[in-house]
Amino acid sequence: MTVADDFLDALSALDVSHDRTTLADLEATLADAVDEPAVGVPLHVDADLPDAVATTFTPSELQDAATGVTPARLGIAEYGSVLIRSSAGGDEPVSLSPERHVAVLAAEDVVATGRDAVDWLADEVAAGRGSHVLATGASATADMGGLVEGVHGPNEVHVVLVEDDEEVGDE
Amino acid sequence: MSSERKQKAAHIRHLLETEGPLIGPKVSSKNRDRYAAAERFEAWDGTRDEARAIKEAAIADLPELIEQLRESVEANGGTVYVADDAADANRYVTELCEEQGAETLVKSKSMTTEELELNDALEAADVDTYETDLGEFVIQLADESPSHIVGPALHKSREEIADLLNATFEPDEPLETAEEMTRFARDYLGERIREADVGVTGANFVFAESGSMALVTNEGNARKCAVTPDTHVAVTGIEKILPSVDEFGPFVDLISKAATGQDISRYVSLFTPPTASPTLDFESDEPIDFGDPTAETDDPDGDRAFHLVLVDNGRTEMREDDQLRETLYCIRCGACSNSCANFQAVGGHGFGGETYSGGIATGWEAGVHGMESAGEFNDLCTGCSRCVDACPVKIDIPWINTVVRDRLNRDADPDTFDHLVDGLSPDEEPSGLALDKRLFGNFERLAKLGSATAPVSNWLADAGPVRAGMERFLGVDRRRDLPRFRRETLVDWFDDRGPRVSSDDADREAVLYPDAYTNYVLVDRGKAAVRALEALDVRVHVPRVRSSGRAPLSQGMISTAEDHAHHVYAGLAEHIDARRDVVVVEPSALAMFEREYERLLAPKSAERLADASYEVMEYVYGMLENGGSPDALATPPEAVAYHSHCQGRTLDLEPYTVAVLEACGATVRTSDVECCGMAGSFGYKEAYYELSMDVGEELADQFADEPVVAASGTSCQEQLDALLGGEVPHAVELIAP
Repeated sequence: MTVADDFLDALSALDVSHDRTTLADLEATLADAVDEPAVGVPLHVDADLPDAVATTFTPSELQDAATGVTPARLGIAEYGSVLIRSSAGGDEPVSLSPERHVAVLAAEDVVATGRDAVDWLADEVAAGRGSHVLATGASATADMGGLVEGVHGPNEVHVVLVEDDEEVGDE
Repeated sequence: MSSERKQKAAHIRHLLETEGPLIGPKVSSKNRDRYAAAERFEAWDGTRDEARAIKEAAIADLPELIEQLRESVEANGGTVYVADDAADANRYVTELCEEQGAETLVKSKSMTTEELELNDALEAADVDTYETDLGEFVIQLADESPSHIVGPALHKSREEIADLLNATFEPDEPLETAEEMTRFARDYLGERIREADVGVTGANFVFAESGSMALVTNEGNARKCAVTPDTHVAVTGIEKILPSVDEFGPFVDLISKAATGQDISRYVSLFTPPTASPTLDFESDEPIDFGDPTAETDDPDGDRAFHLVLVDNGRTEMREDDQLRETLYCIRCGACSNSCANFQAVGGHGFGGETYSGGIATGWEAGVHGMESAGEFNDLCTGCSRCVDACPVKIDIPWINTVVRDRLNRDADPDTFDHLVDGLSPDEEPSGLALDKRLFGNFERLAKLGSATAPVSNWLADAGPVRAGMERFLGVDRRRDLPRFRRETLVDWFDDRGPRVSSDDADREAVLYPDAYTNYVLVDRGKAAVRALEALDVRVHVPRVRSSGRAPLSQGMISTAEDHAHHVYAGLAEHIDARRDVVVVEPSALAMFEREYERLLAPKSAERLADASYEVMEYVYGMLENGGSPDALATPPEAVAYHSHCQGRTLDLEPYTVAVLEACGATVRTSDVECCGMAGSFGYKEAYYELSMDVGEELADQFADEPVVAASGTSCQEQLDALLGGEVPHAVELIAP
């Protein structure tokens, strides 16, 4: 079992769906993974967002979007968390407002434990990148007399794991 | 006095009927989930030690950390204000709103702003304030106070919440399900967040080096409140400061597991405000002006303002108080509430003060609101110690409760009835101590007298007029059976009989410690312990040693308990020097030796006694492990249901009893309730009798169909006797030949 496998197991336990893809197929995979209207933040990996995902939009278009696509800078195998950087590019509202959040994560960015992630965070903070969210599954509440997913944040999270061509070929 | 007790009893009865049945199952389930989460996370205990050490160091360095934090937040472009008290903090926030011309403000959940009553101040300043955490939203609509520090509306049923929402908002289709209500609240509060001028959040942790803060939530509203309005105000206690993000790791791993039994909460957010995230103006049709998503560093969005309000409000004094300081290590997870049998029964509106609830609330209320608020509910902590294992930063919560009880005792007005028990009670406490406390605190003295005059004392104590008087003057509930004192004490019996294993034949020598209950009341379990040890070739001594001091300690009579501790140590030290083990039948006495004596004795003395002491079944287990044969013991009944004493659970003693009974051929079923509800004197008290029985009811239900029930504590035995009828033995009585 690699950490990426552990990560995918943790996602399943959280009812978070996922795709495994390669850089070459990422755009097509994302096109299938979004519900429209979709908004997004330009990716941190060398691929474009599909046309269906708008990167220029008004606040009310953000409000009405069905899907938000953002980079995930880190995945945590122990918890099934994705780490979203709160950058000037709008990752924070795009990952939070729409009902469906699609997070794009490079397989090499999966770490084993929460501690690994905090070590990484500490370095980020020291480098002047000090705002991030560890998001684990959909937003949830039990305050209304029963567990409900999808409160102020998304009710669906989908992770697109980008692997080397070779790894996917091995399957 | 009596009417005050009756009022208290009536208040508790009301909560037992109304809020308790709603809150109990929810917090019990969180409690079970915490156990499971801790079980899954191998590093649980080590991580608690790490977190504890980090908090200790941070509180020690607090003045320097506050200054460092101020510098880093200001360097980031934010503002820090240290508020001396609630009025100061509220003035700062309301003036800020006024300066900005703010008309509406959204909040995410924050107990610190509850402590300040910030919402009232904002309302008085004509700022429309909306709680966006769904639990707080319900509480705000109902105009009530939180009943749990993590789940403020746990005392409300789904139906009550639906009625509240339908009456307030009159939706076209009445709301009914949790999904419908959540959806409605999301839409309604989403709109409030989008139009708000100011967002107020709390902070779970604040990091001095970088000026960052962390928020741990599930709903996502805190993130929205922090970044949607241009102005973010974070209000938090000064005790939340950690040196740097490097210290964050243990808390990320612990806080959600301890709070809700989740491995991690849905959102653990780290903000270094003012953040680079673009501001959003929902009235504008212009595209959002994003910055460069690949920028190497996060430069604050120019339109953002950030204010960090650090609240002192008594915390500096708590820091200087050797006994209350530990309270400041609290990370507000609520695990002490969830693990508490009394909290499960009545919730935070009974087991709580002006703001805070649960075990740790006594420390918080004493520190931020004063002794009167702490005194309202301090008695509800029975010292069962189940929260000690639950606390992610290892705060000795029962000790804080004991200290506050002691201080309350000392502040009490001298009472005119004192002469009634003065003769009975030559203790170390001030005059004015409540009579019931003095009576129960001096149990050893009472037991000695009762035993010397038994059986007459027992007949007298059963007499109607005597019970009426005891209830009226001493608060002893007349529905309780009183302990029946035995004329022949365990020590007297053993003195006559002498040891049955000669020094030559003995594998080991041990002192059987004659705690007051075993010596004067439950003498049979003491005799059984002697026989069981002797069957395993242990030469037993039963010296005349004073009671452990558990009884006075649980009444907050710390000086008296300390006096007991000195006597006990003096009485046992020579036996320990003679390489005799100290074997203890009563778990609450062993817990004194293992836990509280380190606060009452010289450290080396406490350590020596603790190292030499064993619970009786733990000791039997050790003898069996070292070659002793179960064949030397009696065969227990085929099936035994066993309830482990609360303090015994905290000392992890249950497995020994189970293992010994199984080694002797029994199958064992154990209870999973944290405490039987009797808790020493607690269940005798008129004000708490019904609560005690309510807590015990769950245990009784679990064991209702069991033919043989055993327990380890005196209180548990008495409570189970009362609940199940018949005599519930100590486990050692089942294996003693």
